[in-house]
Amino acid sequence: MKYEIIVVGGGHAGCEAALASARKNHKTLLITSNIKNIADMPCNPSIGGPAKGIVVREIDALGGAMGKTADKAALQTKMLNTKKGPAVQALRFQADKITYPKEMLKTLNSTENLEIKEAMVEKLLVKDKKIEGVELENGEKILASAVILTTGTYLKAVILTGSTRKSSGPHGEKESKFLSDNLKELGFTIKRLKTGTPQRIDKNTIDYSKTKEEKGDNIPHTFSFDNIVYRQPEDQISCHLIYTTQKTHDIIKKHLKESSMYGGYVEGIGPRYCPSIEDKVVRFSDKERHQLFLEPESLYYDDIYIQGFSTSMPNDIQDLMVHSLPGLEHAKILKYGYAIEYDAIDSMQLKRSLETKLIENLYTAGQINGTSGYEEAAGQGLIAGINAALKLEGKEPLILKRNEAYIGVLIDDLVTKGVKDPYRLLTSRAEYRLLLRNDNADLRLRDYGYQVGLISEEKYKRFCQKKENIKSFEELLKSTRITPKKEINDYIETIPSTPLKDGISLYDLLKRPEVSLDNIAHFIHLDYTQEEQEQVEINAKYEGYIKKAKKEAEKMLSLEEKKIPENIDYEKVPNLASEARQKLSEVKPTTIGQASRISGVNPADISILMVYIKRNG
Amino acid sequence: MNDTIVAISTALGVGAISIVRLSGPEAIEIVNNCFKGKDLTKVKTHTINYGHIIDQEEIIDEVLVSIMKAPKTYTTEDVVEINCHGGIISTKRILETMLIHGARLAEPGEFTKRAFLNGRIDLVKSEAVMDIIDSKSEEANKLALSQLTGTTSNMIKTFREKLKQLLASIEVNIDYPEYYDIEIITKDKIKKELTTMKQELQKVIQESKNSTIIKEGIKTVIIGRPNVGKSSILNKLLEQEKAIVTDIAGTTRDIVEGEIYLDGILLNIIDTAGIRTTDDIVEKIGVEKSLSMIDEADLVIVVLNNNEPLTKEDEEILEKTKDKNRIVVINKNDLEQKLDLTKKSLENIVKTNANTVTGIQELKDKIIELFHLETIKVKDYTYLTNARQISLAKQAYQSLEEAEKSLQENLPIDMIEIDLKNSFDLLGEIIGESYSEEILDHLFANFCVGK
Repeated sequence: MKYEIIVVGGGHAGCEAALASARKNHKTLLITSNIKNIADMPCNPSIGGPAKGIVVREIDALGGAMGKTADKAALQTKMLNTKKGPAVQALRFQADKITYPKEMLKTLNSTENLEIKEAMVEKLLVKDKKIEGVELENGEKILASAVILTTGTYLKAVILTGSTRKSSGPHGEKESKFLSDNLKELGFTIKRLKTGTPQRIDKNTIDYSKTKEEKGDNIPHTFSFDNIVYRQPEDQISCHLIYTTQKTHDIIKKHLKESSMYGGYVEGIGPRYCPSIEDKVVRFSDKERHQLFLEPESLYYDDIYIQGFSTSMPNDIQDLMVHSLPGLEHAKILKYGYAIEYDAIDSMQLKRSLETKLIENLYTAGQINGTSGYEEAAGQGLIAGINAALKLEGKEPLILKRNEAYIGVLIDDLVTKGVKDPYRLLTSRAEYRLLLRNDNADLRLRDYGYQVGLISEEKYKRFCQKKENIKSFEELLKSTRITPKKEINDYIETIPSTPLKDGISLYDLLKRPEVSLDNIAHFIHLDYTQEEQEQVEINAKYEGYIKKAKKEAEKMLSLEEKKIPENIDYEKVPNLASEARQKLSEVKPTTIGQASRISGVNPADISILMVYIKRNG
Repeated sequence: MNDTIVAISTALGVGAISIVRLSGPEAIEIVNNCFKGKDLTKVKTHTINYGHIIDQEEIIDEVLVSIMKAPKTYTTEDVVEINCHGGIISTKRILETMLIHGARLAEPGEFTKRAFLNGRIDLVKSEAVMDIIDSKSEEANKLALSQLTGTTSNMIKTFREKLKQLLASIEVNIDYPEYYDIEIITKDKIKKELTTMKQELQKVIQESKNSTIIKEGIKTVIIGRPNVGKSSILNKLLEQEKAIVTDIAGTTRDIVEGEIYLDGILLNIIDTAGIRTTDDIVEKIGVEKSLSMIDEADLVIVVLNNNEPLTKEDEEILEKTKDKNRIVVINKNDLEQKLDLTKKSLENIVKTNANTVTGIQELKDKIIELFHLETIKVKDYTYLTNARQISLAKQAYQSLEEAEKSLQENLPIDMIEIDLKNSFDLLGEIIGESYSEEILDHLFANFCVGK
């Protein structure tokens, strides 16, 4: 049996990769160790958040599945950072851990060209530095033209609680024992990373009177540009806020050495942005309390996730810790927290298409590349799937630029800078975040989605209509003028805003920070959708800043256009600083722009490099 | 090669004119933004245009601007050349103005490098140029950094540290919006911080300007009516023939500079066109400029002719310079004394005959005496040492101002942050530190966030 593309792993990266490949009409096989765990959410029951939420929008704009699936699984929806400006707003959903995987599996099952197989891959079949397929645990060989590895935390996974180290994937699933050794043999640098997860508590044993209720927004939100609302605001499920106590901190300090981390049982490097509760108590000892969110995991079972309490303490200490929390004095722990260690490859060994530099037609995406987070994984999976398919079609890969998508920032960071600790997207990683907004993800990326064949004609037509409406709305506002007549100025003063001295267009009026679209509606009938109006408003209000950001981005882009030949030998480039020489040889940047972002490569090195390329080109 | 570069492309010092040259996509726009005259964005290529370079409202110099549009130029990019009156001071001010308006100071050999990279120069030619660039860029980098005094770089670092903290506080609010225990950075708080930061940065920029006395010398202006021997005195001071000296009144129409070291302090001497009432337009400009030089000077040397009675113009000059550090030189002492100063109570008089060296040493001594009387703070100065650094600091200051303006207009925090970040990056450029993940590192080290 021969497939065109094999995807190894059924997590968020694997699902997007397999769907993209199959939807692009390539015969695809998704291999997972357990079909029940397809699109599993082994950690927090939420999708989105700052930067991450925008990635979900981007995935939807490109034709991926995460946004639509999250909409179906929504328990609570929130727009974050609404008061901090359009550039940093992002959606976050509490998502049902039963519904999400179920809906994703439905989507996979209803996709043509896509088969799912339950098995464990332990070896890659490689010939002349080109992938030929995979070998399963039982020795069976399955051939394919391209393979995408999305193995998550399963490579040599070890679960840690206190001094106990147990070889196992999440949920006691079988880990992959030999694949990372195989990768090592093939020349990949293997890194050891760590992450952790908190306890799950029985919701019936929580005294909610001691907690503060956290509700969702009272207007509906969707990740997908299809805008179908599955959970109405009034049907949302609440989260609850509590704080750690002095007693909690005393217990942690007393038993610190018993935790895997502080007992010295951990080899992997944990994420900075996601410290365990032990870390928080130690590193921020002056803080009297740390906040914790009690988040429901599903409508179909009773587990409550304690966000902010991830730990690697032994189970008996975890009992003490949980019971020291307000409202959780008598809580029943359904699952204990744990730390998990796993192997990852060095992401600098990847091209920007997510194809490995070492083996042709082998792609990797998600935690195997050193990232963390469902959204980061899904974004990479989608790109790996698209690019594996494009490669087989003999086409150029889809490489999103830093000014086009958070996914572009993510992948560029991975392949250019590499990771030390598990990588999480943050808005501050994006230089042009004013361009990478939640509201304009479709305007940025839908064309690409259509070009690669993941957006249907009908959807694309709808999108083009939206673009036209935005344009005509803007033109309408620009061409409609108001004059300083008394009744007009009287109204403007009620906004309140400064009365007019001369006539101005409505567009210019909208530029004033205090003037809203509602005020504009006082003058003309607004026959456009909310989304269309929002685009015009943002463009008007932040015009100067958007222009600045675009100008900066253009500078970066012109460097991106300058390609570095693949076979360049940095040893032969005269006068390069030795650190730059070493870093350039390691990263093998494909453009001058990418080279300039490598730490240790300074502007003088870039000049020298440009001259060398020109001279030898 | 996407930005616009600028440099003074004639040798600094004595010369009838100097040229400030720009190359790059925004060359025309940048010059146009500080040009009073025709709209340069609308003129034809390869034309010369008359006008003035202005800094906001103030006229810096009267200039001729050559517009050369891509691709038929030296670099094959848009090139603009500003022909200005060759004084160091006005040329440097024009350069600074271009930097503030968005041009970048060219590296050594960069115009040629661009010409090469754009395919304008052939390979053989380029080999030589490239060796220069290869060696020079590194040197230039080292030089720029070593020129910074420890105090300055520490000060910029501290300053940047403050901005970094502010930025990290804003970022943590954005990336971790629901951490109720983390202080929400209010606009009031940012406003407060901005005010102090702006004051401090302003001080640095101001002190850097003051410090030019030490680094760039005492701005000394020689002034007097035509043909009283100003240029001759200058030449004797410089001990070389740099200014044009003739017997025809009004020859020195351009301001001419020379440098001498007296007791380790640099004297930057500026000769001026003679002051007289004139109908000649070119000369008139020279005269006006001479008078305006008085205001900028640290020291004024007024030259009077021993052989002629005091004229109205002399009186005017003496009146205009009475509050300055001033030395009155009575020249042409070998000729008959017709000058009568008995009614004037003038200090610091030196008698010379500039055709010989008579009195020149006394003049030098007088200058030394005068500046020993002055207390100049030579040490403990916090200052930026070159035009690049000062212009970066000014841009950083402008970004803070823009952030402040956005705050006043009540724009959201993500917009304000853009200007703050920009300011942070610019300060980093001064001390050679570029942004990597500093803000993130700071964020994770100082705020307790995570799942």
